[in-house]
Amino acid sequence: MTLHQVEITSDELRNLVSPRALEGETVLLNMGPQHPSTHGVLRLLLELDGETVVRCIPDIGFLHTGIEKNMEAKTYEKAEVMTDRLDYLNTMGNTLAYCLAVEKLVDLDVPPRAQAIRVIHTELQRIASHLVWLGTHALDLAAMSVFLYCFREREQILDMHEMSSGQRMMTTFFRPGGLWRDVTSEFEPAVRKFIKSFPARIDQYEDLLSENPIFIDRTKDIGVMSGDEAIAMGVTGPSLRGSGVKYDLRKEEPYSGYEQYDFDVPVAEEGDVYARYFVRMKEMRESLKIVEQALDSLPGGPVRSDNRKFVPPPRAELGTSMEAVIHHFKLWTEGFPAPKASVYVPVESPRGELGVYLEGDGGPKPYRCYWRTPSFVNLQALPMLSEGHYVADLVAIIGSIDIVLGDTDR
Amino acid sequence: MLKALEKDFGALASEYQGQAKVLVPAEQIVAALTALRDQHGFEMLAALSAVDYWPQREPRFHVVYEMKAMKKKMRLEVRVPLDGDEPVMDSVIEVYPVANWHERELWDMFGIRFNNHPDMRRILMPEDWVGHPLRKDYPLDYEEVQFSFNFEEIEQRKPRPQD
Amino acid sequence: MGIESKLGNMGVITTTLENVVNWGRTRAMWPMLFGLACCAIEMMSAQASNYDMSRFGMELMRPSPRQSDLMIVAGRVSRKMAPVLRRLYDQMPDPKWVVSMGDCASCGGVFNNYAIVQGVDEVVPVDVYVAGCPPRPEALIHGIMTLHEKVKGESIKEWA
Repeated sequence: MTLHQVEITSDELRNLVSPRALEGETVLLNMGPQHPSTHGVLRLLLELDGETVVRCIPDIGFLHTGIEKNMEAKTYEKAEVMTDRLDYLNTMGNTLAYCLAVEKLVDLDVPPRAQAIRVIHTELQRIASHLVWLGTHALDLAAMSVFLYCFREREQILDMHEMSSGQRMMTTFFRPGGLWRDVTSEFEPAVRKFIKSFPARIDQYEDLLSENPIFIDRTKDIGVMSGDEAIAMGVTGPSLRGSGVKYDLRKEEPYSGYEQYDFDVPVAEEGDVYARYFVRMKEMRESLKIVEQALDSLPGGPVRSDNRKFVPPPRAELGTSMEAVIHHFKLWTEGFPAPKASVYVPVESPRGELGVYLEGDGGPKPYRCYWRTPSFVNLQALPMLSEGHYVADLVAIIGSIDIVLGDTDR
Repeated sequence: MLKALEKDFGALASEYQGQAKVLVPAEQIVAALTALRDQHGFEMLAALSAVDYWPQREPRFHVVYEMKAMKKKMRLEVRVPLDGDEPVMDSVIEVYPVANWHERELWDMFGIRFNNHPDMRRILMPEDWVGHPLRKDYPLDYEEVQFSFNFEEIEQRKPRPQD
Repeated sequence: MGIESKLGNMGVITTTLENVVNWGRTRAMWPMLFGLACCAIEMMSAQASNYDMSRFGMELMRPSPRQSDLMIVAGRVSRKMAPVLRRLYDQMPDPKWVVSMGDCASCGGVFNNYAIVQGVDEVVPVDVYVAGCPPRPEALIHGIMTLHEKVKGESIKEWA
């Protein structure tokens, strides 16, 4: 082969595997990067004693995209396009985190209507993300029909995203200072219809899985992690709540008006694969509650801040106001400057704490934008969770921590 | 708490938009984080990253630790300045195991070495990669876009495979 | 009695070997389950209930390159992934085709930087490019239909 890739040296390997591997007692097996159950391009180097995993060494970076570096070369507004493509199951959540960071850095206000619409979209996205997780997780455990049902409902959510932003996945709908535009008139009836029909669908999924003896056999007492272990490994999100720690950033450090909504934070004590499944299923119902409340109390008014130094003026003004033309020209050619300071803004993504560290240098481009992505940190717990289990269970464990490789590798 | 840090570790505190930051010297980082975890309730190291201030040399890098106290609902940013082009500092894996991959990422992306790290390999880039992409003196490696008017010109400049 | 009598009822069809082989190839083209990034999710949508690619003889996504004859490169290809991608392509048995799905796979898309291969055609020969970021499932299905048209036009001399 002409394309050659350097593997790890034997000295480095000696550090990673147990001494038994060097004596030939255990087998080293390569899993991935092309494997149906690694949810993307994750590569695992497994040391096996028969069917049992002795060591599990993840190798990531197969989807490294250079997003952080690329963002430094674009203005704040243009860099947002990159953020969608990090965690491609949670595009709205990524742009929300980024917009909140920019708004905090330059001290920009967001109208209440924009905040509420942001919450609706982010929660719908959370449901969509959990649906993909549920479908693929069940598929890994050989339940094909769940996958087909989940994608049926997911299409409804994507349709709603398309209604408001014109795109199914890479929406870039939230902008620093508000939204790209107001939602269309079909949006509210569509969401209402979805709120009405979706609880019965969740019941359907639960009928298929929750008491299914095969599913329970493959998930109970598999990949157990205690709350303290999870915190030490930095695990966040549903994986942490599955270990009995009631911690949700939407409750603890509310952003974008989450403090107005009444919802529960589901927790399970066992810390195994089933507990994480249980938490996510409950979370979908809670998200639906938030969407309904936000829709009921949706305030009127503008969806963009009128701070013209940062937010472009509406189209209609361009024909009548010279000032608007100047602002428009300046924002789209040069961008807005941000002070020489840094902020760290965390939000609760479907996978856990999604943090944006954003540093400005006085110019119109981010000096440094670092993404604290939940998949990267949660995946680090995989060796701890999988050691001592069968290879077949490893598939269930990978599914249960719900990683997205675009999120891991950035 | 910030007072205690200033006294014990020579830290320098500041604030922006309600977010507290302390500047801690590199030698003190393990002791400072241990104190934060054990005495001040910061259970979790939420994020670990770095910023490159090239061409400035002293300090060239800031390593940024985002700490989180879950029960107290507090956050704190600990920054460690590092000088020179090949900086070395102590690993904090003993205090927060989560730092393992973060520190590997910093080695990969910024070329910051960590003492006492069990597995200091590249994490995101291929093993044989040259350079540390997130350094400011590393080019973005922009590839020119070919249009019909300059297609031939750029085509001739492109590197060709040897075989 | 046997199949002879049934065939008698159907009559005789004459065609060229080219046509019948190409027809067979388009009707059961097995794609490789090769998801890289965002486009892989849209590829899954194309497989799932609403778009249902199995209408076109593609109900099976094979995770193994040995059993598949269509590689859908769904997503950005990093420089670390490129050798793996090439190895997978080499492992596929002939005849094989490649669909480059999405902007990133086709030309690098928005990621013009050090980490991403600027178009997967630098690594493997591509038959059909599907534009979009990510392309809708309909676009992917249209791309595959276009590939079918291409395969139908292949001549006996081109067969490997």
